[in-house]
Amino acid sequence: MATKKFLYVNRKPPHGSIYALESLEVVLIGAAFEQDVTLAFIDDGVYQLLQKQDSSAIATKNFAPTFRALGDYDVNKIYVERESLEMRGLGKDDLMPLTWEDEDDDWAEKDSIHIVSSAELAEIIEQQDVLLNF
Amino acid sequence: MTIELNGTSYETDEEGYLINLSDWNDQLATEMARVDGATLDDNHWEVINFLRNYYEEYQIAPAVRVLTKAVGKKLGKDKGTSKYLYELFPYGPAKQACKYAGLPKPTGCV
Repeated sequence: MATKKFLYVNRKPPHGSIYALESLEVVLIGAAFEQDVTLAFIDDGVYQLLQKQDSSAIATKNFAPTFRALGDYDVNKIYVERESLEMRGLGKDDLMPLTWEDEDDDWAEKDSIHIVSSAELAEIIEQQDVLLNF
Repeated sequence: MTIELNGTSYETDEEGYLINLSDWNDQLATEMARVDGATLDDNHWEVINFLRNYYEEYQIAPAVRVLTKAVGKKLGKDKGTSKYLYELFPYGPAKQACKYAGLPKPTGCV
């Protein structure tokens, strides 16, 4: 099967609409079919990666722990736009740590999350074959 | 669909996956296997328990490629092969083992 570069752009908060969960499901499906998967989090989408989420008060499944499985699916290119974080008073420490294990480097645990500027993100978008917006 | 055990009926989807994850118990797993003509031994349980822990931690049932890799890491390299897992679960390790573990069908499974 031909491999394409897929970028999933996430702009919405985790709850209040189905977009975030649907995006994550499609990401997992794409990754299960061994496509080259990259994720971007922009605008309110950055809230999806917040640490210590608890959705029990709104009787909705908390799917935040599923992001931690992305490393197992070889999804390790996760870009978060710096401007979106700063505008919301957030930094990298507010996000849950997401890691992957590098098979070619004695299974060293490496960071999957990269904070990039809007300009850097534009370059990443430029390199993709398929763009999916959620 | 439903599955009957000790006078109680449990709701499942059209493929036999439990609707309510909390309905699960090991007798129900044994009964689901019996209906499929399978008997669960320690090696089956090892994988079923592994899947239940994975779901507890990540809130998803892993795709078969991910399951194979993770089993190899957790239960030993000799067990982290598709051959080993398909011998235990001939209908597909992720699909069949997830069913007995009371989990939804793995995401990305067609």
